[in-house]
Amino acid sequence: MSTQPPQQETDESTAETSAEPETESTSPGQQKRAAQKRERANASAQRQAEADAKAKADEETREIKVFRYDPEVEEKQEPRFDTFHVPFTKGMTVLDAVMYARDHYDPSLTFRHSCRQAICGSDAFFVNGRQRLGCKTQVSELDEPIRIEPLPHQDVVKDLVVDMDHFYEEMESVDPYFDPDETPGNDLEEQRQSRANREKVKMSTRCIWCAACFSSCNIAAGDNQYLGPAALNKAYRFAMDEREGESRKQERLETIEQEHGVWRCQTQFSCTNVCPKDIPLTEHIQELKREAVKKNLKFW
Amino acid sequence: MSQSYNRGLIEDFGRWREFSAGMWAWIFHKFTGWVLVGYLFTHIAVLSTAIPAASQDPATLAAGEDIYTTTIVTLESLLLVRILEVGLLAVAVFHILNGLRLLLVDLGIGLDSQDKSFYASLILTGAITVASVPTFIAGAF
Repeated sequence: MSTQPPQQETDESTAETSAEPETESTSPGQQKRAAQKRERANASAQRQAEADAKAKADEETREIKVFRYDPEVEEKQEPRFDTFHVPFTKGMTVLDAVMYARDHYDPSLTFRHSCRQAICGSDAFFVNGRQRLGCKTQVSELDEPIRIEPLPHQDVVKDLVVDMDHFYEEMESVDPYFDPDETPGNDLEEQRQSRANREKVKMSTRCIWCAACFSSCNIAAGDNQYLGPAALNKAYRFAMDEREGESRKQERLETIEQEHGVWRCQTQFSCTNVCPKDIPLTEHIQELKREAVKKNLKFW
Repeated sequence: MSQSYNRGLIEDFGRWREFSAGMWAWIFHKFTGWVLVGYLFTHIAVLSTAIPAASQDPATLAAGEDIYTTTIVTLESLLLVRILEVGLLAVAVFHILNGLRLLLVDLGIGLDSQDKSFYASLILTGAITVASVPTFIAGAF
């Protein structure tokens, strides 16, 4: 520790004695307490400054800037960025970094996360200008300071938490579940899929509903009714599943070929670029477009 | 739902630096498309007003003094028009090349290299534009 605090003490005590004759209303005890409080504040500010300096000097920390917003606290209604210096460990992900900041610096820092292994799809953030999954993004691969924001094009509820209701509505609107025309007579019989067909839908089954693609899509941002890449991918997954049968496939194609369906896609490839599960979303949407055309083309 | 905050520009063009190839291709395609539509109508307006004014007299036509010819000659004598013509070529070439790229995308061909085909169309546009400059600018000074 430095020798600063004792010096401050003497400074303040002299100030105290000189001020005493003028302010008779305040008792010496109060003044002493106030002085102690000031001293403590000084000391803590100093400690903070020292910690800051130490953090800057220490190469093994990473600077993260996190978007903060809390509509329930008046002082926090104006969004701001908070800077944290997080000790770096090998293999650290963006989620690890914000978790460290929450656990050690500010317990009010709010974000969704669960499995930490890119399965649950809870922690999609806007990191350094791109939609990424916090738990799948290595801190070492990002430029400093790392800017962590909530997903764009979605309403912010608090800090990094966005309102997912609209995204889930879009997902539900394409009936994202297996629904075959005919089920086998015996309920316990397996409904087998050919290997080739499985390969065809394989990538589309990997969706974890993280909404990174939906957030990156310019068209979805401008057209609230547009199904969006994730929902169209879901539709693809079941429309291409041969076990569902022809009439269900036609129904699914009718859903996706509506005004706010596949034809809104302008092939910007934003969704394909950001998908943390590497689903070729644009490719699937394009294939659905061709299927929709084939369905409607009649040459007689 | 609780209150939410509109983050303004971050929602759209505020993050243009982070746009990827496919996004730029889309923006350029829209832009060049509108420029071509604008040019088309200007073109129709200028020519359709100049043609009826052209003299039917063969002697005037031979001397190159009819209104249509003089209009075109006046336009071509302006350096600004020459530069705009180079620009028009660049816009048209990019729109054609990116249009071919989009055709491939629609057919589902080479979607993995869509960014490379965008860069290729940009480079080709640049090359063709540069190569056209001597032809367009010749005699403008």
